[in-house]
Amino acid sequence: MSLQPKDVAKVAHLARLALNEADISKYSENLTNILGFIEQMNEIDTSHIEPMAHPLDAQQRLRPDVVTETDQRELFQTLTPHTEAGLYLVPQVIETKLEE
Amino acid sequence: MYTKTIAELIQGLRAKTFSSEELTRCYLDRIKRFDPQVNSFITVTEEQAMQAAKQADQRLSAGTAELLTGIPIAQKDIFCTLGVKTSCGSKMLDNFIAPYNATTIERFNQAGMVMLGKTNMDEFAMGSSNETSYYGPVKNPWDLNCVPGGSSGGSAAAVAARFAPAATGTDTGGSIRQPAALCNLTGLKPTYGRVSRYGMIAFASSLDQGGPMTQTAEDAALLMQVMAGFDEKDSTSVDSTVPNYTATLNDSLKGLRIGLPKEYFDEGLDPEIAKLIQTAIQEYEKLGATLHEISLPETKLSVPTYYVIAPAECSSNLSRYDGVRFGYRCENPQNLDDLYKRSRGEGFGAEVKRRIMIGTYALSSGYYDAYYLKAQKLRRIVSDDFRKAFTEVDVIMGPTSPSPAFQLGAKSDPISMYLSDIYTIAVNLAGLPAISIPAGFTHNLPVGLQIIGNYFSEAKLLNVAHRYQQVTDWHKKIPAGF
Repeated sequence: MSLQPKDVAKVAHLARLALNEADISKYSENLTNILGFIEQMNEIDTSHIEPMAHPLDAQQRLRPDVVTETDQRELFQTLTPHTEAGLYLVPQVIETKLEE
Repeated sequence: MYTKTIAELIQGLRAKTFSSEELTRCYLDRIKRFDPQVNSFITVTEEQAMQAAKQADQRLSAGTAELLTGIPIAQKDIFCTLGVKTSCGSKMLDNFIAPYNATTIERFNQAGMVMLGKTNMDEFAMGSSNETSYYGPVKNPWDLNCVPGGSSGGSAAAVAARFAPAATGTDTGGSIRQPAALCNLTGLKPTYGRVSRYGMIAFASSLDQGGPMTQTAEDAALLMQVMAGFDEKDSTSVDSTVPNYTATLNDSLKGLRIGLPKEYFDEGLDPEIAKLIQTAIQEYEKLGATLHEISLPETKLSVPTYYVIAPAECSSNLSRYDGVRFGYRCENPQNLDDLYKRSRGEGFGAEVKRRIMIGTYALSSGYYDAYYLKAQKLRRIVSDDFRKAFTEVDVIMGPTSPSPAFQLGAKSDPISMYLSDIYTIAVNLAGLPAISIPAGFTHNLPVGLQIIGNYFSEAKLLNVAHRYQQVTDWHKKIPAGF
Protein backbone atom coordinates (compact mmCIF):
# COMPACT_ATOMS: atom_id res chain seq x y z
CA MET A 1 0.00 0.00 0.00
CA SER A 2 1.46 3.35 -0.96
CA LEU A 3 0.21 6.75 0.07
CA GLN A 4 0.53 9.21 -2.81
CA PRO A 5 0.79 12.93 -2.09
CA LYS A 6 -2.91 13.34 -2.92
CA ASP A 7 -3.79 10.60 -0.38
CA VAL A 8 -1.66 12.35 2.23
CA ALA A 9 -3.51 15.59 1.51
CA LYS A 10 -6.83 13.78 2.03
CA VAL A 11 -5.75 12.17 5.32
CA ALA A 12 -4.34 15.51 6.50
CA HIS A 13 -7.70 17.08 5.78
CA LEU A 14 -9.54 14.35 7.71
CA ALA A 15 -7.18 14.94 10.64
CA ARG A 16 -7.47 18.74 10.25
CA LEU A 17 -3.74 19.22 9.83
CA ALA A 18 -2.35 21.96 7.61
CA LEU A 19 0.79 20.69 5.88
CA ASN A 20 3.27 22.66 3.76
CA GLU A 21 3.33 21.61 0.11
CA ALA A 22 7.03 20.82 0.54
CA ASP A 23 6.34 18.49 3.48
CA ILE A 24 3.63 16.47 1.74
CA SER A 25 6.04 14.46 -0.42
CA LYS A 26 8.22 13.75 2.64
CA TYR A 27 5.16 12.50 4.56
CA SER A 28 4.09 10.50 1.52
CA GLU A 29 7.41 8.63 1.64
CA ASN A 30 7.39 8.22 5.47
CA LEU A 31 3.80 7.03 5.66
CA THR A 32 4.20 4.63 2.73
CA ASN A 33 7.18 3.04 4.50
CA ILE A 34 5.30 2.80 7.79
CA LEU A 35 2.24 1.24 6.12
CA GLY A 36 4.56 -1.21 4.35
CA PHE A 37 6.00 -2.14 7.72
CA ILE A 38 2.51 -2.55 9.18
CA GLU A 39 1.59 -4.92 6.31
CA GLN A 40 3.63 -7.59 8.15
CA MET A 41 0.47 -8.12 10.18
CA ASN A 42 -0.96 -10.03 7.22
CA GLU A 43 1.54 -12.85 7.75
CA ILE A 44 -0.82 -14.27 10.38
CA ASP A 45 -4.30 -15.65 9.80
CA THR A 46 -6.59 -14.07 12.37
CA SER A 47 -9.96 -15.10 10.96
CA HIS A 48 -10.94 -17.04 14.10
CA ILE A 49 -9.56 -14.61 16.67
CA GLU A 50 -11.70 -12.31 18.83
CA PRO A 51 -10.39 -8.71 18.72
CA MET A 52 -9.00 -7.47 22.04
CA ALA A 53 -10.01 -3.95 23.04
CA HIS A 54 -8.87 -3.90 26.66
CA PRO A 55 -5.87 -5.64 28.23
CA LEU A 56 -7.92 -7.05 31.10
CA ASP A 57 -11.10 -7.55 29.07
CA ALA A 58 -12.80 -5.43 31.69
CA GLN A 59 -16.33 -4.05 31.50
CA GLN A 60 -16.86 -0.32 31.58
CA ARG A 61 -17.62 0.67 35.15
CA LEU A 62 -20.87 2.54 35.79
CA ARG A 63 -21.50 5.15 38.46
CA PRO A 64 -24.65 6.72 39.88
CA ASP A 65 -25.97 9.52 37.69
CA VAL A 66 -25.24 12.39 40.08
CA VAL A 67 -23.44 15.67 39.54
CA THR A 68 -19.81 15.48 40.68
CA GLU A 69 -18.23 18.32 38.73
CA THR A 70 -18.65 21.89 39.87
CA ASP A 71 -18.83 24.82 37.46
CA GLN A 72 -15.30 26.12 36.87
CA ARG A 73 -15.91 28.06 33.70
CA GLU A 74 -13.98 31.14 34.80
CA LEU A 75 -10.91 29.13 35.75
CA PHE A 76 -11.00 27.15 32.51
CA GLN A 77 -11.47 30.25 30.41
CA THR A 78 -8.25 31.74 31.79
CA LEU A 79 -6.51 29.24 29.49
CA THR A 80 -7.25 31.29 26.36
CA PRO A 81 -7.45 35.03 25.71
CA HIS A 82 -10.13 34.37 23.09
CA THR A 83 -13.25 34.59 25.26
CA GLU A 84 -16.01 37.13 25.69
CA ALA A 85 -19.01 37.14 28.03
CA GLY A 86 -18.23 33.57 29.08
CA LEU A 87 -18.09 32.32 25.49
CA TYR A 88 -15.18 31.10 23.36
CA LEU A 89 -14.44 33.20 20.30
CA VAL A 90 -13.85 31.58 16.90
CA PRO A 91 -14.08 32.92 13.34
CA GLN A 92 -17.64 33.48 12.27
CA VAL A 93 -19.38 30.23 11.28
CA ILE A 94 -22.96 31.25 10.50
CA GLU A 95 -23.75 33.92 7.90
CA THR A 96 -25.80 36.66 9.55
CA LYS A 97 -26.48 38.83 6.48
CA LEU A 98 -29.98 38.20 5.20
CA GLU A 99 -30.49 38.10 1.48
CA GLU A 100 -32.30 41.19 0.18
CA MET B 1 23.43 13.70 50.13
CA TYR B 2 22.45 13.70 46.44
CA THR B 3 23.91 10.21 45.97
CA LYS B 4 21.48 8.70 48.46
CA THR B 5 18.47 6.56 47.66
CA ILE B 6 15.00 7.49 48.87
CA ALA B 7 15.25 4.81 51.58
CA GLU B 8 18.46 6.45 52.82
CA LEU B 9 17.01 9.97 52.58
CA ILE B 10 14.06 8.89 54.73
CA GLN B 11 16.56 7.88 57.44
CA GLY B 12 18.46 11.16 57.07
CA LEU B 13 15.32 13.27 57.45
CA ARG B 14 14.17 11.25 60.47
CA ALA B 15 17.62 11.48 62.13
CA LYS B 16 17.71 15.22 61.35
CA THR B 17 21.05 14.77 59.56
CA PHE B 18 19.57 17.24 57.07
CA SER B 19 16.22 18.97 56.60
CA SER B 20 13.92 18.75 53.59
CA GLU B 21 14.77 22.39 52.85
CA GLU B 22 18.49 21.58 52.75
CA LEU B 23 17.84 18.52 50.64
CA THR B 24 15.59 20.36 48.20
CA ARG B 25 18.09 23.23 47.93
CA CYS B 26 20.85 20.72 47.18
CA TYR B 27 18.94 19.23 44.21
CA LEU B 28 17.81 22.66 42.93
CA ASP B 29 21.44 23.80 42.98
CA ARG B 30 22.51 20.73 41.05
CA ILE B 31 19.82 21.35 38.44
CA LYS B 32 20.94 24.96 38.08
CA ARG B 33 24.60 23.99 37.77
CA PHE B 34 24.43 20.91 35.54
CA ASP B 35 21.11 20.77 33.72
CA PRO B 36 22.06 23.28 31.00
CA GLN B 37 24.21 20.48 29.50
CA VAL B 38 21.55 17.76 29.95
CA ASN B 39 18.25 19.61 29.29
CA SER B 40 16.27 17.21 31.47
CA PHE B 41 13.82 19.79 32.88
CA ILE B 42 11.23 21.85 31.00
CA THR B 43 10.12 23.70 34.13
CA VAL B 44 11.85 23.98 37.52
CA THR B 45 9.38 24.88 40.27
CA GLU B 46 11.90 26.33 42.68
CA GLU B 47 9.58 28.53 44.71
CA GLN B 48 6.86 25.91 45.19
CA ALA B 49 9.50 23.29 45.97
CA MET B 50 11.07 25.38 48.76
CA GLN B 51 7.63 26.10 50.18
CA ALA B 52 6.66 22.41 50.09
CA ALA B 53 9.98 21.52 51.73
CA LYS B 54 9.34 24.02 54.51
CA GLN B 55 5.91 22.51 55.15
CA ALA B 56 7.42 19.03 55.08
CA ASP B 57 9.96 20.05 57.73
CA GLN B 58 7.12 21.33 59.90
CA ARG B 59 5.30 18.01 59.55
CA LEU B 60 8.51 16.15 60.36
CA SER B 61 9.03 18.19 63.54
CA ALA B 62 5.38 17.93 64.54
CA GLY B 63 5.44 14.16 64.12
CA THR B 64 2.66 14.20 61.51
CA ALA B 65 4.93 13.24 58.61
CA GLU B 66 4.27 10.24 56.40
CA LEU B 67 7.04 7.97 55.17
CA LEU B 68 7.87 10.03 52.05
CA THR B 69 7.24 13.49 53.51
CA GLY B 70 10.04 15.85 52.53
CA ILE B 71 11.49 13.65 49.77
CA PRO B 72 12.00 15.55 46.49
CA ILE B 73 10.78 14.12 43.19
CA ALA B 74 10.73 15.18 39.53
CA GLN B 75 7.49 14.76 37.56
CA LYS B 76 7.27 13.94 33.88
CA ASP B 77 5.67 16.89 32.11
CA ILE B 78 2.76 14.68 31.03
CA PHE B 79 1.14 14.83 34.49
CA CYS B 80 -1.16 17.81 34.98
CA THR B 81 0.03 20.03 37.83
CA LEU B 82 -2.32 22.69 39.17
CA GLY B 83 -1.02 26.18 38.40
CA VAL B 84 2.16 24.89 36.74
CA LYS B 85 2.87 24.69 33.01
CA THR B 86 2.14 21.19 31.70
CA SER B 87 3.50 21.06 28.15
CA CYS B 88 3.71 17.35 27.31
CA GLY B 89 6.84 18.33 25.38
CA SER B 90 4.74 20.10 22.74
CA LYS B 91 4.45 23.59 21.30
CA MET B 92 0.71 22.84 21.36
CA LEU B 93 0.70 23.06 25.17
CA ASP B 94 3.56 25.52 25.66
CA ASN B 95 1.09 28.02 27.14
CA PHE B 96 -0.98 25.46 29.10
CA ILE B 97 -1.18 26.01 32.86
CA ALA B 98 -3.02 22.96 34.14
CA PRO B 99 -6.21 23.86 36.05
CA TYR B 100 -6.13 20.64 38.13
CA ASN B 101 -3.79 17.99 39.49
CA ALA B 102 -3.39 14.50 38.07
CA THR B 103 -4.31 11.85 40.66
CA THR B 104 -0.66 10.76 40.82
CA ILE B 105 0.42 14.34 41.61
CA GLU B 106 -2.37 14.65 44.18
CA ARG B 107 -1.22 11.45 45.90
CA PHE B 108 2.42 12.59 46.05
CA ASN B 109 1.32 15.98 47.43
CA GLN B 110 -0.77 14.27 50.11
CA ALA B 111 2.26 12.19 51.03
CA GLY B 112 4.21 15.44 51.49
CA MET B 113 6.67 14.86 48.67
CA VAL B 114 8.40 17.89 47.17
CA MET B 115 8.08 18.43 43.40
CA LEU B 116 11.31 19.88 41.96
CA GLY B 117 9.90 20.47 38.50
CA LYS B 118 8.59 18.97 35.27
CA THR B 119 10.85 16.84 33.12
CA ASN B 120 11.47 16.90 29.39
CA MET B 121 9.95 14.19 27.21
CA ASP B 122 9.22 13.22 23.63
CA GLU B 123 6.31 15.27 22.29
CA PHE B 124 3.07 13.72 23.63
CA ALA B 125 5.24 10.74 24.68
CA MET B 126 5.75 9.74 21.03
CA GLY B 127 9.36 8.74 20.63
CA SER B 128 12.12 6.50 21.96
CA SER B 129 14.97 9.00 22.16
CA ASN B 130 13.56 12.24 23.58
CA GLU B 131 14.47 13.94 20.30
CA THR B 132 10.88 14.84 19.35
CA SER B 133 10.50 17.31 22.25
CA TYR B 134 9.63 20.91 21.33
CA TYR B 135 12.11 21.87 24.07
CA GLY B 136 15.07 20.17 22.42
CA PRO B 137 16.64 16.77 22.98
CA VAL B 138 17.78 15.50 26.38
CA LYS B 139 21.39 14.29 26.62
CA ASN B 140 22.32 11.05 28.31
CA PRO B 141 24.44 11.82 31.43
CA TRP B 142 26.52 8.70 30.68
CA ASP B 143 27.56 10.20 27.33
CA LEU B 144 26.32 13.63 26.36
CA ASN B 145 26.49 12.70 22.65
CA CYS B 146 23.92 9.95 23.21
CA VAL B 147 20.17 9.93 23.72
CA PRO B 148 18.71 9.04 27.14
CA GLY B 149 15.94 6.98 25.54
CA GLY B 150 12.32 7.99 25.55
CA SER B 151 9.73 9.02 25.93
CA SER B 152 10.51 9.56 29.66
CA GLY B 153 14.04 10.70 28.73
CA GLY B 154 14.07 13.80 30.93
CA SER B 155 13.01 11.83 33.99
CA ALA B 156 15.67 9.18 33.30
CA ALA B 157 18.46 11.70 32.72
CA ALA B 158 17.46 13.76 35.78
CA VAL B 159 17.66 10.75 38.12
CA ALA B 160 20.82 9.37 36.45
CA ALA B 161 22.57 12.72 37.00
CA ARG B 162 21.10 12.87 40.53
CA PHE B 163 19.17 16.08 39.93
CA ALA B 164 16.39 14.26 41.80
CA PRO B 165 16.39 11.05 43.85
CA ALA B 166 13.52 9.70 41.72
CA ALA B 167 11.03 10.65 39.04
CA THR B 168 7.80 9.54 37.46
CA GLY B 169 7.49 8.23 33.94
CA THR B 170 4.76 6.89 31.70
CA ASP B 171 5.02 3.80 29.52
CA THR B 172 2.92 3.23 26.38
CA GLY B 173 5.40 1.04 24.47
CA GLY B 174 8.48 1.05 26.69
CA SER B 175 8.77 4.71 27.69
CA ILE B 176 9.68 3.95 31.33
CA ARG B 177 11.75 0.79 30.84
CA GLN B 178 13.85 1.75 27.80
CA PRO B 179 15.11 5.10 29.19
CA ALA B 180 15.67 3.41 32.57
CA ALA B 181 17.83 0.82 30.78
CA LEU B 182 19.75 3.45 28.81
CA CYS B 183 20.41 5.57 31.92
CA ASN B 184 21.16 2.82 34.50
CA LEU B 185 17.95 3.12 36.52
CA THR B 186 15.19 0.94 37.89
CA GLY B 187 11.96 1.60 35.98
CA LEU B 188 8.65 -0.11 36.66
CA LYS B 189 5.72 -0.20 34.25
CA PRO B 190 2.77 -1.42 36.35
CA THR B 191 -0.16 -3.55 35.22
CA TYR B 192 -2.63 -1.57 33.09
CA GLY B 193 -5.13 -0.04 35.51
CA ARG B 194 -2.93 -0.25 38.62
CA VAL B 195 -1.93 3.45 38.61
CA SER B 196 -4.54 6.12 37.81
CA ARG B 197 -4.37 7.74 34.39
CA TYR B 198 -6.51 10.72 35.53
CA GLY B 199 -4.70 13.92 34.58
CA MET B 200 -1.99 12.03 32.72
CA ILE B 201 -2.22 13.49 29.22
CA ALA B 202 -3.51 10.70 27.00
CA PHE B 203 -1.54 9.25 24.09
CA ALA B 204 -2.94 5.71 23.61
CA SER B 205 -5.48 5.13 26.34
CA SER B 206 -5.55 1.32 26.25
CA LEU B 207 -1.75 1.16 26.61
CA ASP B 208 -0.66 4.16 28.76
CA GLN B 209 0.46 3.49 32.31
CA GLY B 210 2.40 5.64 34.80
CA GLY B 211 5.13 4.32 37.06
CA PRO B 212 8.27 5.11 39.08
CA MET B 213 11.84 5.64 37.83
CA THR B 214 14.30 5.23 40.67
CA GLN B 215 17.81 4.21 41.71
CA THR B 216 16.69 0.95 43.32
CA ALA B 217 13.83 -1.53 43.41
CA GLU B 218 13.31 -0.65 47.07
CA ASP B 219 12.71 3.01 46.10
CA ALA B 220 10.33 1.91 43.34
CA ALA B 221 8.39 -0.07 45.95
CA LEU B 222 8.17 3.01 48.18
CA LEU B 223 6.81 5.14 45.33
CA MET B 224 4.43 2.44 44.09
CA GLN B 225 2.88 2.33 47.55
CA VAL B 226 1.76 5.93 46.95
CA MET B 227 0.95 5.70 43.23
CA ALA B 228 -0.99 2.44 43.08
CA GLY B 229 -4.66 2.13 43.87
CA PHE B 230 -8.20 2.57 42.68
CA ASP B 231 -9.31 5.96 41.36
CA GLU B 232 -12.94 6.56 40.54
CA LYS B 233 -11.87 9.38 38.20
CA ASP B 234 -10.20 6.86 35.87
CA SER B 235 -12.77 4.61 34.23
CA THR B 236 -10.17 1.87 33.58
CA SER B 237 -8.67 1.98 37.07
CA VAL B 238 -8.74 -1.46 38.69
CA ASP B 239 -10.38 -1.85 42.07
CA SER B 240 -8.22 -4.45 43.79
CA THR B 241 -6.19 -4.45 46.99
CA VAL B 242 -2.76 -2.84 46.87
CA PRO B 243 -0.22 -5.12 48.57
CA ASN B 244 2.56 -3.88 50.84
CA TYR B 245 5.32 -3.63 48.23
CA THR B 246 8.22 -3.31 50.68
CA ALA B 247 7.13 -6.24 52.89
CA THR B 248 8.08 -8.90 50.35
CA LEU B 249 11.25 -7.33 48.91
CA ASN B 250 13.52 -9.80 50.72
CA ASP B 251 11.54 -12.97 49.99
CA SER B 252 13.68 -15.90 48.88
CA LEU B 253 13.95 -16.61 45.15
CA LYS B 254 14.48 -20.32 45.75
CA GLY B 255 12.46 -22.21 43.16
CA LEU B 256 11.58 -19.10 41.13
CA ARG B 257 10.88 -20.26 37.56
CA ILE B 258 12.43 -17.86 35.05
CA GLY B 259 11.26 -18.04 31.44
CA LEU B 260 13.73 -17.05 28.73
CA PRO B 261 11.93 -16.33 25.46
CA LYS B 262 14.14 -17.43 22.58
CA GLU B 263 12.77 -14.56 20.47
CA TYR B 264 14.38 -12.07 22.90
CA PHE B 265 17.86 -13.42 22.20
CA ASP B 266 17.82 -13.54 18.41
CA GLU B 267 20.15 -11.95 15.86
CA GLY B 268 18.73 -8.44 16.42
CA LEU B 269 20.31 -8.29 19.87
CA ASP B 270 23.71 -6.63 20.44
CA PRO B 271 26.04 -9.57 21.36
CA GLU B 272 27.61 -7.60 24.23
CA ILE B 273 24.17 -7.06 25.73
CA ALA B 274 23.31 -10.74 25.25
CA LYS B 275 26.42 -11.64 27.28
CA LEU B 276 25.55 -9.26 30.11
CA ILE B 277 21.98 -10.53 30.28
CA GLN B 278 23.24 -14.13 30.43
CA THR B 279 25.54 -13.15 33.30
CA ALA B 280 22.64 -11.53 35.16
CA ILE B 281 20.55 -14.66 34.67
CA GLN B 282 23.36 -16.82 36.07
CA GLU B 283 23.26 -14.60 39.15
CA TYR B 284 19.60 -15.56 39.53
CA GLU B 285 20.51 -19.23 39.28
CA LYS B 286 22.87 -18.70 42.21
CA LEU B 287 19.93 -17.20 44.11
CA GLY B 288 18.01 -20.44 43.63
CA ALA B 289 15.98 -19.76 40.48
CA THR B 290 15.50 -22.30 37.70
CA LEU B 291 15.70 -21.43 33.99
CA HIS B 292 13.22 -22.48 31.31
CA GLU B 293 13.35 -21.78 27.61
CA ILE B 294 10.00 -20.50 26.41
CA SER B 295 8.63 -19.02 23.20
CA LEU B 296 6.70 -15.84 22.56
CA PRO B 297 6.25 -16.52 18.83
CA GLU B 298 4.62 -13.26 17.78
CA THR B 299 7.14 -10.91 19.42
CA LYS B 300 8.17 -9.55 16.02
CA LEU B 301 4.59 -8.78 15.02
CA SER B 302 3.96 -6.85 18.22
CA VAL B 303 5.74 -3.81 16.70
CA PRO B 304 3.55 -3.41 13.59
CA THR B 305 0.48 -4.24 15.70
CA TYR B 306 1.42 -1.50 18.15
CA TYR B 307 2.01 0.97 15.31
CA VAL B 308 -1.62 0.59 14.30
CA ILE B 309 -3.25 0.60 17.74
CA ALA B 310 -1.19 3.41 19.30
CA PRO B 311 -1.55 5.84 16.35
CA ALA B 312 -5.27 5.03 16.04
CA GLU B 313 -5.86 5.89 19.69
CA CYS B 314 -3.55 8.90 19.42
CA SER B 315 -5.42 10.30 16.42
CA SER B 316 -8.61 10.13 18.46
CA ASN B 317 -7.12 11.48 21.72
CA LEU B 318 -5.30 14.35 20.04
CA SER B 319 -8.39 15.55 18.20
CA ARG B 320 -9.15 17.60 21.33
CA TYR B 321 -6.37 20.06 20.43
CA ASP B 322 -8.35 22.35 18.19
CA GLY B 323 -6.98 25.80 19.07
CA VAL B 324 -10.27 26.91 20.60
CA ARG B 325 -10.36 26.41 24.37
CA PHE B 326 -6.71 25.99 25.36
CA GLY B 327 -3.31 25.41 23.84
CA TYR B 328 -1.78 26.87 20.72
CA ARG B 329 -3.91 28.95 18.35
CA CYS B 330 -2.66 30.12 14.95
CA GLU B 331 -2.49 33.82 14.02
CA ASN B 332 -5.41 35.39 12.12
CA PRO B 333 -7.52 32.35 11.27
CA GLN B 334 -9.61 33.00 8.17
CA ASN B 335 -12.40 30.63 9.11
CA LEU B 336 -13.07 27.77 11.55
CA ASP B 337 -11.48 25.13 9.32
CA ASP B 338 -8.38 27.29 8.93
CA LEU B 339 -8.28 27.76 12.73
CA TYR B 340 -8.30 23.98 13.31
CA LYS B 341 -5.89 23.09 10.54
CA ARG B 342 -3.23 25.71 11.09
CA SER B 343 -3.38 25.52 14.90
CA ARG B 344 -2.78 21.76 14.65
CA GLY B 345 -0.36 21.95 11.72
CA GLU B 346 1.79 24.57 13.49
CA GLY B 347 1.31 23.25 17.05
CA PHE B 348 2.30 19.61 16.49
CA GLY B 349 5.77 18.35 15.52
CA ALA B 350 6.58 15.95 12.67
CA GLU B 351 6.40 12.63 14.59
CA VAL B 352 3.08 13.52 16.19
CA LYS B 353 1.68 14.48 12.78
CA ARG B 354 2.92 11.20 11.28
CA ARG B 355 1.16 9.20 13.98
CA ILE B 356 -2.05 11.21 13.76
CA MET B 357 -2.12 10.58 10.00
CA ILE B 358 -1.35 6.85 10.31
CA GLY B 359 -4.11 6.57 12.92
CA THR B 360 -6.58 8.60 10.88
CA TYR B 361 -5.86 6.46 7.85
CA ALA B 362 -6.18 3.18 9.79
CA LEU B 363 -9.55 4.25 11.19
CA SER B 364 -10.90 5.78 8.00
CA SER B 365 -13.82 4.34 6.10
CA GLY B 366 -12.92 1.14 4.23
CA TYR B 367 -9.63 0.53 6.05
CA TYR B 368 -10.83 -0.18 9.60
CA ASP B 369 -11.00 -3.99 9.21
CA ALA B 370 -7.66 -4.27 7.45
CA TYR B 371 -5.78 -2.24 10.04
CA TYR B 372 -7.40 -1.55 13.41
CA LEU B 373 -9.49 -4.72 13.69
CA LYS B 374 -6.61 -6.84 12.40
CA ALA B 375 -4.29 -5.24 14.98
CA GLN B 376 -6.76 -5.89 17.80
CA LYS B 377 -6.89 -9.55 16.81
CA LEU B 378 -3.11 -9.77 16.78
CA ARG B 379 -3.12 -8.06 20.14
CA ARG B 380 -5.05 -11.01 21.53
CA ILE B 381 -2.56 -13.48 20.01
CA VAL B 382 0.39 -11.59 21.55
CA SER B 383 -1.44 -11.48 24.87
CA ASP B 384 -2.31 -15.20 24.74
CA ASP B 385 1.38 -16.03 24.16
CA PHE B 386 2.10 -14.47 27.57
CA ARG B 387 -0.85 -16.18 29.26
CA LYS B 388 0.44 -19.52 28.07
CA ALA B 389 3.99 -18.73 29.20
CA PHE B 390 2.82 -17.78 32.69
CA THR B 391 1.29 -21.21 33.21
CA GLU B 392 4.86 -22.55 33.08
CA VAL B 393 7.01 -19.81 34.62
CA ASP B 394 6.77 -17.11 37.32
CA VAL B 395 8.63 -14.33 35.54
CA ILE B 396 10.09 -13.77 32.07
CA MET B 397 13.55 -12.26 31.62
CA GLY B 398 15.42 -10.74 28.72
CA PRO B 399 17.04 -7.51 27.57
CA THR B 400 15.07 -4.26 27.81
CA SER B 401 16.54 -2.77 24.65
CA PRO B 402 18.35 -4.38 21.68
CA SER B 403 21.17 -1.81 21.89
CA PRO B 404 22.64 0.60 24.43
CA ALA B 405 22.07 4.37 24.14
CA PHE B 406 22.60 5.49 20.54
CA GLN B 407 24.04 8.76 19.25
CA LEU B 408 21.78 11.79 18.96
CA GLY B 409 20.43 11.94 15.41
CA ALA B 410 21.46 8.35 14.62
CA LYS B 411 17.93 7.09 13.96
CA SER B 412 16.36 9.56 11.58
CA ASP B 413 14.23 6.86 9.94
CA PRO B 414 10.97 6.40 11.93
CA ILE B 415 10.90 2.60 11.49
CA SER B 416 14.42 2.04 12.84
CA MET B 417 13.35 4.11 15.87
CA TYR B 418 10.16 2.02 16.27
CA LEU B 419 12.18 -1.20 16.26
CA SER B 420 14.20 -0.07 19.28
CA ASP B 421 11.10 -0.95 21.34
CA ILE B 422 10.91 -4.55 20.11
CA TYR B 423 11.32 -6.12 23.58
CA THR B 424 9.05 -3.72 25.46
CA ILE B 425 6.01 -3.20 23.24
CA ALA B 426 4.33 -6.60 23.63
CA VAL B 427 4.06 -6.02 27.40
CA ASN B 428 1.88 -2.94 26.79
CA LEU B 429 -0.30 -4.76 24.27
CA ALA B 430 -0.94 -7.45 26.91
CA GLY B 431 -1.28 -4.91 29.77
CA LEU B 432 1.31 -6.73 31.90
CA PRO B 433 3.73 -5.27 34.47
CA ALA B 434 7.48 -5.24 33.77
CA ILE B 435 10.59 -3.74 35.32
CA SER B 436 13.98 -2.79 33.92
CA ILE B 437 17.01 -2.91 36.21
CA PRO B 438 20.71 -2.12 35.69
CA ALA B 439 22.67 -5.20 34.58
CA GLY B 440 26.09 -3.91 33.54
CA PHE B 441 27.86 -1.75 30.98
CA THR B 442 28.99 -2.07 27.39
CA HIS B 443 31.46 0.57 26.11
CA ASN B 444 30.69 2.57 29.28
CA LEU B 445 26.96 2.66 28.49
CA PRO B 446 24.36 1.04 30.79
CA VAL B 447 22.42 -2.09 29.90
CA GLY B 448 19.03 -3.03 31.34
CA LEU B 449 17.59 -6.42 32.30
CA GLN B 450 13.84 -6.62 31.75
CA ILE B 451 11.70 -8.76 34.06
CA ILE B 452 8.09 -9.31 33.00
CA GLY B 453 5.48 -10.61 35.44
CA ASN B 454 1.91 -11.80 35.37
CA TYR B 455 -0.99 -9.37 35.95
CA PHE B 456 -0.72 -7.50 39.28
CA SER B 457 2.58 -9.17 40.20
CA GLU B 458 4.40 -5.85 40.86
CA ALA B 459 5.37 -7.02 44.37
CA LYS B 460 7.00 -10.14 42.91
CA LEU B 461 8.86 -8.10 40.25
CA LEU B 462 10.16 -5.70 42.90
CA ASN B 463 11.22 -8.66 45.06
CA VAL B 464 13.05 -10.30 42.13
CA ALA B 465 14.73 -6.99 41.25
CA HIS B 466 15.64 -6.20 44.85
CA ARG B 467 17.33 -9.54 45.51
CA TYR B 468 19.54 -9.01 42.46
CA GLN B 469 20.45 -5.53 43.68
CA GLN B 470 21.51 -7.04 47.02
CA VAL B 471 24.21 -9.10 45.27
CA THR B 472 25.26 -6.66 42.51
CA ASP B 473 26.21 -3.00 42.48
CA TRP B 474 25.48 -1.90 38.89
CA HIS B 475 22.62 0.25 40.18
CA LYS B 476 25.01 2.21 42.42
CA LYS B 477 27.13 3.49 39.52
CA ILE B 478 26.82 7.20 38.83
CA PRO B 479 27.96 8.96 35.62
CA ALA B 480 31.23 10.90 35.91
CA GLY B 481 31.11 14.69 35.82
CA PHE B 482 27.97 15.19 37.88
